[in-house]
Formats: sequence, structure tokens, C-alpha cells
Amino acid sequence: MTTEGSDCVVRFESVGLRYGLGPEVLQDISFALAPGSFHFLLGASGAGKSTLLKLMYLALKPTRGLISLFGHNMATTSRRQLPALRRRIGVVFQDFRLLHHLSAFDNVALPLRVARVRENEIRKHVVELLTWVGLKDHVNIRPTILSGGQQQRVAIARAVIARPKLLLADEPTGNVDDRMAMRLMHLFEELNKLGTTIVIATHNETLAGRLGHPRLRLDAGWLDAGTPDQQAAGKTAAGAFAAATSKSRAEQSSESAV
Amino acid sequence: MWARRSDLPLDHDAPGRFLPWLIAFMVYLAALALAGMLLLDAMAARWDTGMGDTLTVQIAPADSPEKDALRVRATLGILRSFPGVARAQPIDEGRLMDLLEPWLGPGGATKDLPLPRLIDVELKPGAQVDAAALAKRLAAAVPGTAVDDHGVWLERLIRLIRTVEALATAVLLLIGLATAGTVVFTTRTGLSIHREAIEVLHLIGAQDTYVARQFAGRALAMGLRGGVIGLVFAVPTLLGIGYLATRMQAGLLPDVSLGPQHWAALAGLPLVVAAIAMVTARVTVMRTLARML
Repeated sequence: MTTEGSDCVVRFESVGLRYGLGPEVLQDISFALAPGSFHFLLGASGAGKSTLLKLMYLALKPTRGLISLFGHNMATTSRRQLPALRRRIGVVFQDFRLLHHLSAFDNVALPLRVARVRENEIRKHVVELLTWVGLKDHVNIRPTILSGGQQQRVAIARAVIARPKLLLADEPTGNVDDRMAMRLMHLFEELNKLGTTIVIATHNETLAGRLGHPRLRLDAGWLDAGTPDQQAAGKTAAGAFAAATSKSRAEQSSESAV
Repeated sequence: MWARRSDLPLDHDAPGRFLPWLIAFMVYLAALALAGMLLLDAMAARWDTGMGDTLTVQIAPADSPEKDALRVRATLGILRSFPGVARAQPIDEGRLMDLLEPWLGPGGATKDLPLPRLIDVELKPGAQVDAAALAKRLAAAVPGTAVDDHGVWLERLIRLIRTVEALATAVLLLIGLATAGTVVFTTRTGLSIHREAIEVLHLIGAQDTYVARQFAGRALAMGLRGGVIGLVFAVPTLLGIGYLATRMQAGLLPDVSLGPQHWAALAGLPLVVAAIAMVTARVTVMRTLARML
């Protein structure tokens, strides 16, 4: 079962990934994300959440299957076209991946500088966002001085500063307290209301349950999009239809048997 | 360009810290090679034009001074009427003794020694004088005369100079290649050290040119810094060599001091080296990143 439509922000069809000659770490992943949808990607540690996100933010190439982003087939997209696509994607990395020699301000400003936004505009937006995430007094501090939670907020600010069309966050609330976690989730929801498609990978079922967005569940490299009821509940606050499908392990087994 | 803010901490790379000094050494050597090349070129040009417009006529000594004087007069008569000759002047005996002194010692050349008479001939600028025809005519009128147009030794000397010049050019090329090689190595090391940061830049949408610009800007700055240091050391060396050459030449060599145009060419060396470093860094980054995802 696959979702039709080339207007999907993300579309995976029978995607598989293996490292070298090892076993497939992701198997037959098929799903599509409609513009403006909000999904949680759940799964235990090692289930492949980060790997799936890496495929989505173009840090990895699949060993099989088709990935389409913003209507572009990644198999036929040239390397020169990738930067333009990547600028439409905001990523919160699990390990933050901040540049430690740059201040919090310069880290957050990076996506705007890469996009050649004027410095006076950069200053205005970056300071505003850092204030919003509670780092007003840490603008010129380098990440090495910041706590894990503060680094995480800088990473989130960097991911959202350029108002991406697709936001991928890998455990974005892993190092902050519940109050800050909810505050950051509201930031994502605000962004979602403005039309950004959001995928948040987390193992925090409670947090995902509290917000009630549809869930994609990864289990040992297999993606389970949930029950039809859960999919039907995939209407986000923005009203966009979100659909995620995947061949279940049972379906795959029955196909193999045939 | 080099003053621009950089997203990569390239200034803190250990291999990069040695780059200006390596470039300084290269520029120092290049300055010496270039100065030598320029001086040899000027020298060859001066000899080519200066000696090419002169001839020396040698008259074998006769058995008496009176006969010698007659032969000189007859030779001068032919020379002064020969087309293309601007001036013909016999070299007096005193000057001839001076020229022989280095070989025969003071007072070694005496009046008793039969010496040929020499006539210094200056040709009109651009005149094509047939030295063989002149020699034939002189020999017919005054037997025992010989014409030396300096062609043989001048040709050998200029060939030697051109060979040394070619060697200096090869040295300059090798220095350029060595500089480029050093920059390639440093840039690749920098790319390896900052691989993760570059990956982050890529993932947030930076183009290869964005990253390459940072490496190229730094290579330009390092090249200029190293180039200026190299030149600062090269200038006193060249002045010292020039001073020693002036003291040693003692009339055997023409003036070997550097002119303003030579100094201007040397001043351009840091710019050329910095440009080589910048272009090399940019090409290296672009080619390396093209292999990344």
C-alpha cells in the first residue's frame, strides 16, 4: 500500500539500506508525508530511527528503493541540485553537531549565511530566536561552555531559523526538562501551523502521546505506520492530511511465501 | 577576501601554521632565481646589442714601426670608407700594454715584443656589414690583417646565458609546483580535519563553492604572508650579492645591479605565489568535495 501523489514532501518506496555487505538495517520502507503534516517516529534504540532520518536529510543514499523529496526523485537528482533541496530541510541532530569554534549566535546564523541573507537581518532573527529558546544571555557563548540542554536548544534554533519546509528532529528533547520539552514542542507546532512538515524521532512515548500526532513506528528496520484508525487521526492541527504506509512484516512474510 | 569570517577554524590547523614559512622559503628561492634570470637576460641583451655593433681588426706586426704605421694608415683608410662603418680607431700602444698586463705581469710586455696592432671599429646602428667581404678586402690591401666580429665567442656566451636562464626558469616552475603541492597537501589535511564541520555545512545547504571559498581565502592570506616574509629576506640577500658583484667585476663584467623594473617584477612574486595557493586550494577543495555525498 503506497500513497499516491507527487505533491508529497517525502515519499519512500520500498527503500532498503545496508552498510557494506552487512544485513539491511532498514527494510522495505514505504511511506509518504503530505505537506504540513506532523509525525512522531518512534522506536527503541537501534531500531533505525536516526538512519531513516539520515536518508530523509540526504546524508545517506539507499541501497535500493526510491526516495522522493519535494517531488524530486533522488536517484536522478544531481549533486549540484542537493544544496537547494537541503536548504528546505531543517535538521536537529541527535548529537547536535554544533560547530564548537563558533558562538551560539554564529551556529544559529549558519543556514542564513549559507543562503546569503543580509547580516542585519541575520542578527535580528537569530537574537529573536535565541531569546525565544531562553538563550538570550548566551548569544556569544561557544557551545563547549553550554550545558547539554542549552546546546540542544541552539541546535533546534539552527534547524528552524530558515523556516524549513521539512523539519527532521532526532530526539530533540532528550536533554531538556519536561517544561522546556513542551515549550520546544510548541515551537515545532507553531512552525507546523506555518506549513512546515515535521518528523520527530523520539523514544519518549509519553511526549508523543501527549501531543497526539500520528506515529510511525520502527522496529528492527521495519516501519509500521500504525492502524488505519491511527492513520485516520493523522490530520494535523494545520489540517493537512498525513499518511504513512509501509508493508508490515506480516504482509512481507506472506508475499515471500507466495 | 582573507579577512572574511570563516565558518571553519582553519587558522588553528597545525599543518596550516607552517604554510606561510614554507611559502616564504619558496618565495626566497624564487626571488633569487628570478633576479638571476632577469640579470642574465639584461646582460645577454646588452652584449648582443653592444658587441654586435663592433669589430676588431688585427694587423700582424711588420719588421719596423714605420711599416706598422703605414699598414695601420692603409687599413684605417679602407675601414673608414667601408659602408656601415661609423668609426675606426687604432688602440694605442699604452692601452695594448694594459690589456696584456694581466697575462704577462707588470712590465712583461716590452717594446721588443712584436705585438699586432689593433683597430677598434664601431658600426653604424643597424648596419649590416659583411665581415667576410671586409676581411677579404683588407687582406688584399694589407696582408696579415684579420677581422674579428666577436660572433663566435659572443654566440657561445649568449648560448651559455640562455641555458642558465632556462635553468632558472625551470627552477621557478619547480618552485611553483612545490608550492602548489604543499597547498594541496595542507588543504587535503584541512578537509580531513574539518570533515564533520563540512558535512554539517553541506547538510544545511552549503554549496561546494561556499566551503572552497573559505579554504581559498585562507590560502591567499597564507600565500601573501609567506610571500612577503620570503621577499623581506630575499631583498638584503640580493643587495649583498649585487654589492659583492660590483666589487668583483673589476671591468670584466657589465653592470649587474637590479633596475627598477627588476625590483617591480620581484615585488610581484608574493602576489603570484598567493594566487597559485588560492587557485590550488580552491581546485583541491572542489575536486575533493565532488567525491562526497
